[in-house]
Amino acid sequence: MSIYKFIIQTKRDTREAGYLKDAHALGFQRLKNVTVQDLYFIEGQLSQAGLQELALKLFTDPVTQSAEWDELPAPPSPPQPDSVILEVSLRPGVTDSVAEQIVRAAHEIGIHGVRRVATGQRFILQFDSSVSIRESVTESVDKKSVSIRESVSESADDIIRLSASLSANLLANNVIQHWTIGAIEPSFPEEVESSGAVEIIPIRELSEAELLSLSKERRAALDLAEMKAIQNYFIAEKRDPTDVEFETIAQTWSEHCVHKTFKAKITLTPSPLPEGEGRRGEGEIDSLIKTYLKSATDKIAAPWVISAFVDNAGIIDFDDEYEISFKAETHNHPSAIEPFGGANTGVGGVIRDVLGVSAKPIANTDVLCFGPQDLDPTTLPDGVLHPRRIQSGVVAGVQDYGNKIGIPTVNGAILYDEGYTANPLVFCGCVGIAPKGKHKKNPQVGDRVVILGGRTGRDGLRGATFSSMTMDAQTGEVAGASVQIGDPITEKGLIDVIVRARDLNLYNDITDCGAGGLSSAVGEMASSIGCDVDLTKVRLKYAGLAPWEIWLSEAQERMVVAVAPEKISALQKLCDTFNTELTDIGSFTGNGALIVRYGEKTVVNMNNEFLHDGIPQRQLKAIIEKPTFDNRTFESRISNIQEHLLSLLSSPNVASKSSVIRIYDHEVQGGTVIKPLTGVEMDAPSDAAVIKPIGTKGVKGIALSNGINPELGKRDAYQMAWSVIDEAIRNAVAVGADPERIAILDNFCWGDPLRPETLGSLVEACRGCHDAALFYQTPFISGKDSLNNEYLGADGLRHAIPPTLLISAIGIVPDINKAISMDLKEANNLIYLIGDFKSVFIRESVSESVYKSVSIRESVSPSVPKSALQVYKALHQTINNGYVKSAHDLSEGGLAIAIAEMCIGGRLGAEINFETSDLFNEVNGCLLVEIRPTDAPAFEKQFANLPLNKIGQVTENPILKLSDTEIPVKELVHAFNPQN
Amino acid sequence: MKPKALVLQAHGSNRDFDVMDALTLAGADAIGVPLNELRNKKSLLADFQLLVVPGGFSYADALGAGKLLAQDLSAYFADEVSAFVEAGKPVIGICNGFQALVKAGILPGEQKQLQVKNEAKIASGNERPRNDIVTLTFNAEGHFECRWINLKSVSQNCIWTKDLDEVITCPIAHGEGNFQSVENIASEHIALIYVNADGSSANGVYPINPNGSTLDIAGITNAKGNVLGLMPHPENHIYNWQHPRHTRGATSGSGLKLFENGVKYARGL
Repeated sequence: MSIYKFIIQTKRDTREAGYLKDAHALGFQRLKNVTVQDLYFIEGQLSQAGLQELALKLFTDPVTQSAEWDELPAPPSPPQPDSVILEVSLRPGVTDSVAEQIVRAAHEIGIHGVRRVATGQRFILQFDSSVSIRESVTESVDKKSVSIRESVSESADDIIRLSASLSANLLANNVIQHWTIGAIEPSFPEEVESSGAVEIIPIRELSEAELLSLSKERRAALDLAEMKAIQNYFIAEKRDPTDVEFETIAQTWSEHCVHKTFKAKITLTPSPLPEGEGRRGEGEIDSLIKTYLKSATDKIAAPWVISAFVDNAGIIDFDDEYEISFKAETHNHPSAIEPFGGANTGVGGVIRDVLGVSAKPIANTDVLCFGPQDLDPTTLPDGVLHPRRIQSGVVAGVQDYGNKIGIPTVNGAILYDEGYTANPLVFCGCVGIAPKGKHKKNPQVGDRVVILGGRTGRDGLRGATFSSMTMDAQTGEVAGASVQIGDPITEKGLIDVIVRARDLNLYNDITDCGAGGLSSAVGEMASSIGCDVDLTKVRLKYAGLAPWEIWLSEAQERMVVAVAPEKISALQKLCDTFNTELTDIGSFTGNGALIVRYGEKTVVNMNNEFLHDGIPQRQLKAIIEKPTFDNRTFESRISNIQEHLLSLLSSPNVASKSSVIRIYDHEVQGGTVIKPLTGVEMDAPSDAAVIKPIGTKGVKGIALSNGINPELGKRDAYQMAWSVIDEAIRNAVAVGADPERIAILDNFCWGDPLRPETLGSLVEACRGCHDAALFYQTPFISGKDSLNNEYLGADGLRHAIPPTLLISAIGIVPDINKAISMDLKEANNLIYLIGDFKSVFIRESVSESVYKSVSIRESVSPSVPKSALQVYKALHQTINNGYVKSAHDLSEGGLAIAIAEMCIGGRLGAEINFETSDLFNEVNGCLLVEIRPTDAPAFEKQFANLPLNKIGQVTENPILKLSDTEIPVKELVHAFNPQN
Repeated sequence: MKPKALVLQAHGSNRDFDVMDALTLAGADAIGVPLNELRNKKSLLADFQLLVVPGGFSYADALGAGKLLAQDLSAYFADEVSAFVEAGKPVIGICNGFQALVKAGILPGEQKQLQVKNEAKIASGNERPRNDIVTLTFNAEGHFECRWINLKSVSQNCIWTKDLDEVITCPIAHGEGNFQSVENIASEHIALIYVNADGSSANGVYPINPNGSTLDIAGITNAKGNVLGLMPHPENHIYNWQHPRHTRGATSGSGLKLFENGVKYARGL
């Protein structure tokens, strides 16, 4: 068997400029040029004609590419001065769908000698030899090469070191790839056969200390009480567990799967508290979910909520025919160590949540939090990727999955804060639609346990427990297996199969394979009736998986369904049509036990009740600290409004995100009514998206928005919850959603809850959620938490994120033809400020969130004006009446930024008369609206007893006039989006 | 009777329902047929009056967008597709469908390339006229892009773009839409070009020409004029509320007319 290596060269390869730019931004100034080539390694028996045919028919484009090939080992390339060849290839076991397609396509075109394929990249790096290595900052980026620098050597060694550093920092990721200077050895997918090794863990005889070290050794993230509960179960069973059983329990009881912090009994420790209604200094909270989140939904009891907190996604009523589901997940830890794969599989995971309620996915949302993009690389904690690399990887990962699977990415946000440097946050949301009454959650005795979709590999092992731990400098290496690359086209096949199977009533229950893999999916489905499955039936990607690895693998793109035996053949036919694999691994038994076999061997035989309800409730302590808001009043210190406004507009947290938004497909499925970018030149930021689900009758639509504010999280978690709920609702109402038909999702990203202060702020955020949800009568329908977002650096210091609560809102727009965009429409229209501006405000918190931008100012605690809901209802009424020409909410940067963005959208000017010291106040509950003079009386009448302030008008002349300050709209455009 | 349109659902098609909606609105009976189903019954194609290869990411763009779908078309349906094109029935490939038609040699040349499917020298272009060697490669900007553009018809020969007097406004959503050829393509093949909103030339300027295509080419046709391939998505502008400036009262630029052209022609066959 020979191995052939193909090197493909693309003319004017656009990747090259991108790598060069990134390298320079990371400090690799000496890099002069990058050439990128693609590598295909083919193992097999091939004739010269066959090789040529592969090159011409599969590997090259006749206009833009050329190929050369050699049998390995190839003669070494002659060395070039000042240049280094570096080759990168995927590690064994990492999903490589291109390699799989090459094998398939080669056979399709009749080249049957192709046995196995691997892919890679080849970089030819050229350096500027005139710059001394001592002037270059690059070595400090890669800590490993620092020691090498000690020995000053000749230039050839220098550039090899630079190349190695470049590889580690930009061109390759050790977690999924291996790389080498010179020619790389490809690794091929192995033959399929599993190892069958099962270990018995002698848990009954372990001391407390040994129990804890077992938990640590297996990265189970279980505490002593939990370990003892497991020990007691097996003492009662008079036997020791298998490794499969132990791992099953560890996953099922992980924070990720069971949300034990949110279900814990929390004892509040008294602490000095500020005045304010409802603040609790002491006492006990029995489950944050029950006490605050679920209870709010129960008290509101909205008749249009179809399912909340019980299924993979929350479900609300859409119209007579359809229901809408919505879910948002985080994929923070994986994105920190492998940004592309982490974000990629984050999107894939949340799409499966929606599939898990039998819905067709129709829209994605993505909210991302990163460290500063211009962070000095030398200040990075050990083992942490540069925020610039994290952002480009995450964005590419979101793009790759969403675009390829054909779901529009319509709403999102990007925030920057130094606190996210080591722990980026990646929130992925998905909306689905399904005909009413078609989703089934009832496995029947005798039903088959069926896996649909991708094969199982070692990928994603212990992802659930991994995400429940604080990361350290070694995490990247140890947890490498936790990360993987997604395969959106396989998941597209799942959508095609499941939507049709649902309509044909082919299954009785469905759930996705997420954290915990089959253990979690099958375990959950069988929790009431029990099942008996055989792991040797599971189709594997490659050899050597132990039974526990098969059972726990978090390989992507898999769903589990319960199928009546007589319906298997119909489902199989559907699967064949859409290139989806179906694997029958066992049956639902009705005896209540979870039985997992590996051929003849029984590897799990556990009581389902113990597995799902046996976890002891965690007992935690919380201290609620005094909010750090300062209630002093102070003088405004803005000396130059124009300068201040332009600097805010161009600051990272406010400036246009168009370069990211435009690489997401936000039009596929043809339902995007209010797009993420809007206005005359389509470059102004919408408050929310409106979509009309394809195939629905009538004029109804869905608004999608979000609220997030880590600046407030740092100061007062309770007020943050109010503010972000208000923001999400305000944004949805601004585009036309009915404030009485909005549902929300919570996503809490916090630090280590075992620290009482951290838990205290989480308690406060939950309490804020409860109070605000009741105030707006807006139910939570689903939620998720990601805790332990901390990084213990080699410096011994904790790097924790700011407490971050994302609220994602979904609202019904009664008539999409009346949806509102935020761009100014017409000269001479009147501009009103609606909402209670004066009573509550925060002073310029944006100044702080915009790092290195403007001076830091004191903040005053914001709250929500009492009139907010009435204002939103009145706004909705006037939108329905057709009075509102544009609407935009006041958020970061306050009124000044809001009107500036409206001017950008309409390429029109405005004359605003408003207290200049208040222009940048960040407030809740307020919006700007544009009204025709002829509609003004009727509009004002609707706001009769509500705060309303006519503050100016639209002008033809494209100049924004804020009292005495005049700023050309052209300058606003330029500041907001330098690309224009 | 309504003409029947076969919308080919390949492994990774994703604007299949979008184009079915447009075809239905244009008066066709649009039916999605998964590629594997058609493989099992190739004669099915002859029952249809229109063939539509929709947008998407067939095979995840592995080895180049549309490449492996083109390979499927050549391997499984070469004769059937040739006969369909020969019969003068309307065929349209949008975005990924366009890429596949080009890479299968159905565009811009005649269907002959399909029949000699297994000869590598043909795929390499050695025996084709040099102005027939065309491709869709990576956008000049180096990344996928979704934005609304304006399209102008420059072909009266193509049944799809004939009499399209008004500029069409619709989105693009692609990473490999940059049309390039070894030598300048014959002007009779050029069907649609990127233009300014007022119909004036884009002159290659980004983002009016969003991907760097030579001569601002957005779509090409075969000599017969019954096959059209285009990168933009007119199927995503068939309702007024899809217009990015509908909240400003904009009503022009619908892409529906293009589909009506194809359906009307099919009805006359």
